[in-house]
Amino acid sequence: MSGQSGVTIEDVRRVAELANLELTPEEEPRMQRDLNAILGHIAELNELNTSDVPPMAQVGEMLDGNAVHTHGETLRADLVQPSVDRAAVMASAPETDGRFFKVPKVIER
Amino acid sequence: MTVESLTNLTIEEARSAVAAGRTTATALAVAHYDRIEVEDKAINSYLALSRERALVQAEKIDAMAQRGEELPPLAGVPVGIKDVLAMRGAPATAGSLILKGYRPPYDATTVDRLEAAGAVLLGKLNCDEFAMGSSNENSAYGPVRNPRAMDRVPGGSSGGSAAAVSADLCVASLGTDTGGSIRQPAAFCGVVGVLPTYGRVSRYGLIAFASSLDRVGPFTKNVKDAATMLEVLAGKDAMDATSSDRPAGGYVDALEKPVEGLRIGVPEEYFGEGLDPEIRAAVEKALDGLKAAGCTIKKVSLPHTKYAVPTYYVIATAEASSNLSRFDGVRFGLRTAEAKSLSDLFRKTRDAGFGPEVKRRILLGTYALSAGYYDAYYKKAQQVRTLLTRDFLAAFNEVDAIVAPVTPTPAFKLGEKTDDPIKMYLEDIYSVAASLAGICGMSVPCGETSAALPIGVQVLGRHFDEATMLRVAKAIEAAQG
Repeated sequence: MSGQSGVTIEDVRRVAELANLELTPEEEPRMQRDLNAILGHIAELNELNTSDVPPMAQVGEMLDGNAVHTHGETLRADLVQPSVDRAAVMASAPETDGRFFKVPKVIER
Repeated sequence: MTVESLTNLTIEEARSAVAAGRTTATALAVAHYDRIEVEDKAINSYLALSRERALVQAEKIDAMAQRGEELPPLAGVPVGIKDVLAMRGAPATAGSLILKGYRPPYDATTVDRLEAAGAVLLGKLNCDEFAMGSSNENSAYGPVRNPRAMDRVPGGSSGGSAAAVSADLCVASLGTDTGGSIRQPAAFCGVVGVLPTYGRVSRYGLIAFASSLDRVGPFTKNVKDAATMLEVLAGKDAMDATSSDRPAGGYVDALEKPVEGLRIGVPEEYFGEGLDPEIRAAVEKALDGLKAAGCTIKKVSLPHTKYAVPTYYVIATAEASSNLSRFDGVRFGLRTAEAKSLSDLFRKTRDAGFGPEVKRRILLGTYALSAGYYDAYYKKAQQVRTLLTRDFLAAFNEVDAIVAPVTPTPAFKLGEKTDDPIKMYLEDIYSVAASLAGICGMSVPCGETSAALPIGVQVLGRHFDEATMLRVAKAIEAAQG
């Protein structure tokens, strides 16, 4: 687990940018300290040899192997069905023209 | 019936009082709202009340009762809903500023099912922001206090859901559990809390935190009420592709079956260093009760238990960093006024809207998924998740249910652990493994500490075997007298 004991301030800024978060100058060192402490704890996982262990993404896949989809943990038929009313959705929008969500200009020319 | 007696009823008592005409659903709802008005000022369990909707539903139930119709299983029962679940037209903040003002235009499937079963929905319950926390101190709308000890936390993240049932501010409630968020607050507040098997209860309308872990379940005053709630909630939902169509139900009937002959596993890893001696004694006493009822008590081993917390904090935060990217100020909730560009809008809105714990988890999850670190953190954690699940599958070859503590300590004081995230995360040490494995679990009250703080015992069951888990819980409850 390379770098688990060494998250730098630059790492914090880079990850914040990836996550679309803006951290204040006071938040940055605090997050750096916390991330290092938590990653240090997570490094305990390296005590385990997992080279032959398959990763588990979902609970269902552990239960019946390939038979899992006979139990309906699956997608419904691809049919057109009524959805939530547009006007009701737009009522919660911060800014809308009634049909679309409005945002600041995306492309500068 | 007197006003006081209207607010300390179980589901069964409330429904039969309405059915027999001893009270009305309307009187029950009003009595609870009156009590909330007085008691909840200090407890802070409700974030919003849905009075209008509740009274319309109550009138409907009263009309049915008056016509002498057969009443549904939750007829007139006042229920509270954790604020991470959508209730049409009511605020849904998830305890966050970023969803301030958002009113979803639809009902969560669980909300819909409760109402169809006759429940009267009183309002939305406080919780840690986006269900991230173990003390309810991460809510943007103020902490919840533990009704059993007002200087202490109710647990989290479903702190409001547990406190409201404990303080008789509703008869039952819905919570959610991603790493312990139903079982731990149930233990801290002295009520019953059920984590159904992953896939057993629909999550449509749940504001997602970690999708491979999130589950919805009930809080109640006793085990039978929990079985009644689960009976209503469980089953396939076309709106949730992860819900299972395995046969559901039969939970209330299962309680009639004796526990004699059941094999109960006791995992040594859950009784190690750090466990409060009074909690250990209470859990051992519960095990003695099961033995007296004819169960075989057997030691089992869940050897990877110590890796559950670090595994959980990689997987849960990775999924959260992805799920919470939808909160960007474009479609609902908060938007900061002065943004010059779209990316500026995203950043400023998220900075203003998210609290420190949510930011910490988004950063950790983003880091774990970022280029160069994916194999070391996320894939590694998924592999250990397999080992943790295999631990349980192997144990359940030998026993029918597992009994263990829910938490290492009783409810702690407000502010006691807020400065140290790891200390707070270790609060989940006995609950996260079951979350990762997807098995069912619940917390049942099993006594008090010398300082009169509630103690909970955890019963864990096989995937989709809620019936056996509930039977064992019922036997533990019965042995309390």
